[in-house]
Amino acid sequence: MGDFLTFMAVSLTTLLRGVPLTLQLALLSVVTGGILAFALAFMRLSNRVWLDYPARAYIFVFRGTPLLVQIYLIYYGLGQFTGLRASFLWPFLREAYWCAMLALALNTAAYSAEVVRGGLLSVPSGQIEAARSCGMSHWLTFRRITLPLALRQMLPGYSNEIILMVKSTALASTITVMEVTGLAAKLISQSYRPVEVFVCAGAIYLVINFAVARGFTLLERRFSPERQRPHVQPNQIEESRV
Amino acid sequence: MDYLTLMGFGPDGWGWSMLRAAAMTLSVAIGGYVIGVVLGCIAAAASFSGLVPVRSVAGAYSTVMRGVPDILVIYLFYFGSGQFLAALADLAGHDGFITIPAFVVGILAIGVVSGAYQMQVFRGAVLALNKGEIEAGRACGMGPALLFRRVVMPQALRFAVPGAGNVWQLVLKESALISVIGLVELMRQAQIGAGSTRQPFSFFLTAAALYLLITAASGRIFAWLELRAMRGVRRAA
Repeated sequence: MGDFLTFMAVSLTTLLRGVPLTLQLALLSVVTGGILAFALAFMRLSNRVWLDYPARAYIFVFRGTPLLVQIYLIYYGLGQFTGLRASFLWPFLREAYWCAMLALALNTAAYSAEVVRGGLLSVPSGQIEAARSCGMSHWLTFRRITLPLALRQMLPGYSNEIILMVKSTALASTITVMEVTGLAAKLISQSYRPVEVFVCAGAIYLVINFAVARGFTLLERRFSPERQRPHVQPNQIEESRV
Repeated sequence: MDYLTLMGFGPDGWGWSMLRAAAMTLSVAIGGYVIGVVLGCIAAAASFSGLVPVRSVAGAYSTVMRGVPDILVIYLFYFGSGQFLAALADLAGHDGFITIPAFVVGILAIGVVSGAYQMQVFRGAVLALNKGEIEAGRACGMGPALLFRRVVMPQALRFAVPGAGNVWQLVLKESALISVIGLVELMRQAQIGAGSTRQPFSFFLTAAALYLLITAASGRIFAWLELRAMRGVRRAA
């Protein structure tokens, strides 16, 4: 028992050293991917074929292939082009960290684009028409009416995507990035105690994902005060939604 | 060597190897999916159980498997199964190292992970049923088994089709992760080809195209299934 506890403590402290890298990868790729997702969603909603179709194709390709292929294509595949190896981008594309980041960002952009598009489409047209008839310009309408309402609508879908992203950062370990899963794999091969290491690594991911889910629930509550019904018990609200 | 000769079916071409690997990917994915459906059914049934411990076990299974990276589960199964078998063999007085083939480990790992997602799909489908119909069935004197067979299952299956399609897409992409434990499926085959020809981009691009083909084709199949399942359902215009 003592041996078990010491090993658990050792593996937990070892794995915790990977947490900053996991969080960094997730955060950076979600932010970059989010910006790209907005661009893609606007392209999809532009009603112009030459913008809509490239965005559709992008989303189809990135959602239809495994993330691992995308990571390998960027990390191993790009080296095939001698022109690229001579370019100024190579110092970045040579690094496993930046390749993982890029692949994760491009991947999440495709999934989030549909979340963003759904959010933008969910804004009632009456609201937009009202803003327009008050004399707001397109941009002002977007900034004051469409965007805030759409962002609020996107929260649940986006929280799913972020949780998926936290889990996806584990794939960076396949290209030598030593985040939590990379450290876990190394520890397993050194100690041959897969169950204990899995429990520790799994607990770390569960805590991160729980925090993300909780944070988004709080955000949702903060931005949708009208959905609060103080005299109804929370579990009753849950049931009525089902 | 140009791309077409490289991926062709000639003596130096990798075409057949890549196609064989794609077939392997499909069989791992189908095997994992079937196990996932079975586990999902059991877990969904458990989640409706009247017994609190049974419900909590199902809930914990679903939360853990959906909250932890798939690749970690694959590592656990791969390294864990060896340890488990060694312990069993030790008990039996057998001495030596036994390994389970990567194919079996892969199918099991994918099955266990996808079962957690499948459980939620089935749960949602059962919850979407009209409560009145279940009450009506009970009022007619149907027992739980008959009620399930005649009322719950046929309708729940219908509601489950779209979600089950999503899980299938997930499983297909997850099968790429099995390459890390050495099974020669599409991803691993692409790595092997990339290593021996030094043309990684060509190989991973081909692998990506084959995945895309499989996902697109199976997406069609699920769309057709959904259309079939929804026959006779009246929808508001």
